[in-house]
Amino acid sequence: MQARDITLHEILLPVRTAFIIFTFVAALLINMLPWSGWWLAIKPDFVALVVLYWCIQQPRKVGFASAWLLGLIMDVAEGSLFGQHALAYSVLAFAGIVLHRRVLMFTLRDQVLHVLVLLLLNDAMVLAVRMLAGAGFPGFSYFIGSLTAAALWPALCFLFKLPQRPAPDPDRV
Amino acid sequence: MEHSPPQFFKRGPTPLIRLLLCSLLSIALLISDARYGYLDAMRQSVAVIIYPLQRLAGAPRAMLDSIGEFFVTLNALRTENARLTAQSLRDAVSFRKYAALAAENAHLRDLLAARQRLPESTIFAEVLYAGRDLFTRKIVIDKGRQHGIKAGQPVIDQIGVIGQVTRTYPWLAEITLITDKEQAVPVQNLRNGLRAVLGGTGNDGLLELKFIPLNADFQNGDQLVTSGIDGVYPPGLPVAEVSNVERNAAYPFARITCTPLAGVTSHRQVLVLNSGNTAPERPVEPPKPERAKKSRRGG
Repeated sequence: MQARDITLHEILLPVRTAFIIFTFVAALLINMLPWSGWWLAIKPDFVALVVLYWCIQQPRKVGFASAWLLGLIMDVAEGSLFGQHALAYSVLAFAGIVLHRRVLMFTLRDQVLHVLVLLLLNDAMVLAVRMLAGAGFPGFSYFIGSLTAAALWPALCFLFKLPQRPAPDPDRV
Repeated sequence: MEHSPPQFFKRGPTPLIRLLLCSLLSIALLISDARYGYLDAMRQSVAVIIYPLQRLAGAPRAMLDSIGEFFVTLNALRTENARLTAQSLRDAVSFRKYAALAAENAHLRDLLAARQRLPESTIFAEVLYAGRDLFTRKIVIDKGRQHGIKAGQPVIDQIGVIGQVTRTYPWLAEITLITDKEQAVPVQNLRNGLRAVLGGTGNDGLLELKFIPLNADFQNGDQLVTSGIDGVYPPGLPVAEVSNVERNAAYPFARITCTPLAGVTSHRQVLVLNSGNTAPERPVEPPKPERAKKSRRGG
């Protein structure tokens, strides 16, 4: 209960736009690393995770435009069909924006479950587009990335809130 | 809804409408890319914008590699040097033979007034990263249109064919591996000269010979080389080895699986073959039998 109160009633500084852009670029960079083998199999889609984070935390600042543009960039980077990630990230942004009040009511542990479902939805969108375009089903291991992404959610929340924490007040004990 | 008071804060259209807009745009992009391929210019410009990011993402591994090279022991270098000297000696012998054979071959072809095979130039490239798209088998190399790479060129490593250039960017190129589900290579059985089409299955290390009749003479261990009749792959490059032949009378075709010979997933350096287009022009199609139909109707 106490942990929940802290996350709920924490007073944070306003987020800086530069920091949001920085996290997006960093997520793109991590996605573009030369992943291979087992790492590729469990690789979460960091861009999707970061888009979802900002849509839930700052729905007024981050929304469809950034999600859609990031999706286009991912499509080019992966050489996949144009618009496939853009579509999936738009749906993800929609879900994040619509559900942001509800998700933030829960503790971090329960947020993970919400995030997992939303990321699975994102994966399912990509899968549906690819299968409509004629690709075969890649097996259920395709969804493992979402599991690891959801597992990274608490760490992500902690990290991304660090720049928003006010500096410790020396006058307070 | 109609009776709700006016909003205090203008927030633009609702999320649902924005979602619909974005989805429609994405779907339009998807259809025009998948069906018509209109968006190449757009893809190229986005690719140029994110090129620095891509190189940056490849930097850590390059750094690790160079650090690893720095700590190679003297002993390892010595053994490698000895091995390479022996190898080059062996190669020198076969190279002499090859030169003689090439001269003889050219002479014979002259005699036969046959078409000279153009000498192929190669472009050396390093693999930047393997594609992360789980639906396709692709790799990206660090040479692009600026270095003379064109879509359609075959790509080999020191053993044999690994794939084909399918998309080029100014400084990068995308190679579809032969294991990709939609990639096909025309091959020939080295043992008896039977021609076939080798297709990928989408699984690493597994290829399939397509539409082979049940009685065709393919055995385990047969070497498959490119046949060269497509005008894309030069003839005689090793591609795969037959690993399993399954003949079941219930199906019209034999199920023949092969393993690629080249290190399709394990290479770092590749060669892009710049084979001149030596294929003759396509023969003119015979006129359609439409007229015959008409005359029949008339008669």
